[in-house]
Amino acid sequence: MEKQSKKLPIKHIIGYVTSVILTFVAIWAALGSNLPVMWIIISIFLLAIIQAAIQLFLFMHLIERGMGNAPWNMMFHGTIIFAILIAGSLFTMSFGFM
Amino acid sequence: MQLDEFFVTGEPLIYAGMVAITLVTGAIIFLLTYFKKWKWLWREWLTTVDHKKIGIMYILSALAMLFRAGTDALMMRTQLAFPDMNFLNAQHYNEIFTTHGTIMIFFMAMPFLIGLMNIVVPLQIGARDFAFPYVNALSFWSFFFGAMLFNVSFVIGGAPDAGWTSYTPLAGDVMSPDPGQNFYLLALQLSGIGTLATGINLMVTILKMRAPGMTMFKMPIFTWSTFITSFIIVFAFPILTVALALMTIDRIFGSHFFTLAGEGLPMMWANLFWMWGHPEVYIVILPAFGIFSEVIATFAKKQLFGYTVMVWSIIIIAGLSFLVWVHHFFTMGAGAFVNSIFSVTTMAIAVPTGVKIFNWLATLYKSRIRTTTAMMWALAFIPSFTIGGITGVMLGMAAADYQFHNSYFLIAHFHYVLIAGTVFGCFAGLVYWYPKMFGHKLNERIGKWSFWLFVIGFHITFLPQYFLGLDGMPRRVFHIVPEWLPLNPISTVGAFSMGLGFAVFVYNIYYSYRHSEREQTGDSWDGRTLEWATPTPVPEYNFAVVPHVTSHDAYWNMKQKGETVYDESKVEPIHMPNSTGQPFIMSAIMFFACFALVFEWIWLAVAGLIGTIVMMIIRSFDYNKGHHIDADEIKRTERSARGL
Repeated sequence: MEKQSKKLPIKHIIGYVTSVILTFVAIWAALGSNLPVMWIIISIFLLAIIQAAIQLFLFMHLIERGMGNAPWNMMFHGTIIFAILIAGSLFTMSFGFM
Repeated sequence: MQLDEFFVTGEPLIYAGMVAITLVTGAIIFLLTYFKKWKWLWREWLTTVDHKKIGIMYILSALAMLFRAGTDALMMRTQLAFPDMNFLNAQHYNEIFTTHGTIMIFFMAMPFLIGLMNIVVPLQIGARDFAFPYVNALSFWSFFFGAMLFNVSFVIGGAPDAGWTSYTPLAGDVMSPDPGQNFYLLALQLSGIGTLATGINLMVTILKMRAPGMTMFKMPIFTWSTFITSFIIVFAFPILTVALALMTIDRIFGSHFFTLAGEGLPMMWANLFWMWGHPEVYIVILPAFGIFSEVIATFAKKQLFGYTVMVWSIIIIAGLSFLVWVHHFFTMGAGAFVNSIFSVTTMAIAVPTGVKIFNWLATLYKSRIRTTTAMMWALAFIPSFTIGGITGVMLGMAAADYQFHNSYFLIAHFHYVLIAGTVFGCFAGLVYWYPKMFGHKLNERIGKWSFWLFVIGFHITFLPQYFLGLDGMPRRVFHIVPEWLPLNPISTVGAFSMGLGFAVFVYNIYYSYRHSEREQTGDSWDGRTLEWATPTPVPEYNFAVVPHVTSHDAYWNMKQKGETVYDESKVEPIHMPNSTGQPFIMSAIMFFACFALVFEWIWLAVAGLIGTIVMMIIRSFDYNKGHHIDADEIKRTERSARGL
């Protein structure tokens, strides 16, 4: 641990820059592109999925070795919470009204 | 903007508040300068990354916030004592119940518990600090500056006045154009960074830094409850972060997430808020359960009854806590099917909670109870909390909730669970671990006075409120009618008794500092878990030799075998993190940015944001490796502390 390498973390910089670009593309798609609403929704969803993948692979140690199953464990629980959040909100906010 | 728009004007009580703030700040600056303590303050406290000192700062801040929000409560009770009181006007009353609720939850209950976790958890698992000490300091300072941002609102800009739940559309830009609501959003956002980081930090600490031999099911129960609490924090707080961000964008940049116009969904705020809000309830109660379990096991001098069942009931409560949020807005009108489902999940939570109550009773059964102050808080908790829990099940029945909703019945219920659970828990924990933090016990006689004043006052305050609710008194009214008369003054008397109890508690801190006997050993209460194996005061590195754990109640078993954790032949140099001023400076910059955003001074806020990013970059290139404490120094410290 005494001598940590001080070279640039090139992977992280690429990931960060791509994320920023994708975010700006999404903002442009939503605010400046004049696409039909359905296409805006589809395109920003696609951009979101790409960005999530970048986060997971470049930052979240998903492909790093020696982490045990901790990342998978957290992703499992995160997915469950996510499912509750989405399904639960739809259920309570859209169904059952008289 | 004129200066008289910037400061709140025209309220004698608020002028008094301004004078008090000026005097206290002046007094602090004067004392620090007079005793030449500035350097000491910076070196020992503002830049520390030591979990014990950070924990003490958390608890001190929480006590200050308890005082502030408690004063709010007393003002409310004064206003409600008799019909047509004109102590507070409607606007001021709205502001005060909003700040009371928000401060008590975010800036009192959570920091108090997180402070206790900070101090106790690394000691209980045989660790030398948190997994990320730097982040821990950052957590504290972002909480602290968030709390300060919220607290300046009543003299600068005006306090938020839409209730602690901040429901839209009332909290939206159209109906609350003043900066008050922005204070709420940004203060919670800023302190939320700290809470989330603490959750991650504690989770990693507990997973990775336990002493060798301590498997998950040999962890002390307080550590277990902290662990589960961190899980809830990590999964629930992002929801609040997003909801707050959406409302901030609504208010400052004119979007329509929660507005009435432009296809916004005002009830979506309530939905998101309670998706975080219900797990939040368990964030503040589960650690208190852990504290009571430790206190009861120690002073009943028995192993905790049903340890495994206790752990599993915490896990089940945590899981269910994510499935009940709709019971906070049954009256939204989502229909019988939706409400029935959430009614059932709500009542299901009573089962694991009941299991815990019976386990505590079984631990007490046929034991030789030492009625110390800490134990008395724990004993008072069991019946008081049960009353709160039973009325909670009543509220959980959707049909009945249409009657109870937003009445004083609800107010009484959540004060019964939050005060009897969390506040009693905080007091029990503080009294119990006080000798570990400060090297002397709190005086028992004065402690019992504060206990009785507070507990009797608590029941006098809130038991009548159940009946006021059944008499139809709604929450958040600032005038009562004569029909509610006899019970309201009684409730007010109780509130002042609680205030007196708190004052006696604080006096006890001063009295004990002056007069209490200093601790000779580290084991003040004949404890069972590893924190009592360290000498008092706890050295910077906690454990000179990392202990080896073979059973639950590790230290108790060591004592039975006549062992200690210290073995001079095994002392090696210890690697510790360095102090750093970065977390303090970075949080101060974020405070500045948030403050600018409150008043919608966008370019100042951007400047603050750039400052924050610069601090992050500085941190990224910071290769500070910490320092080593050499073995001779450790031996000297341990010898003098252990009297060898």
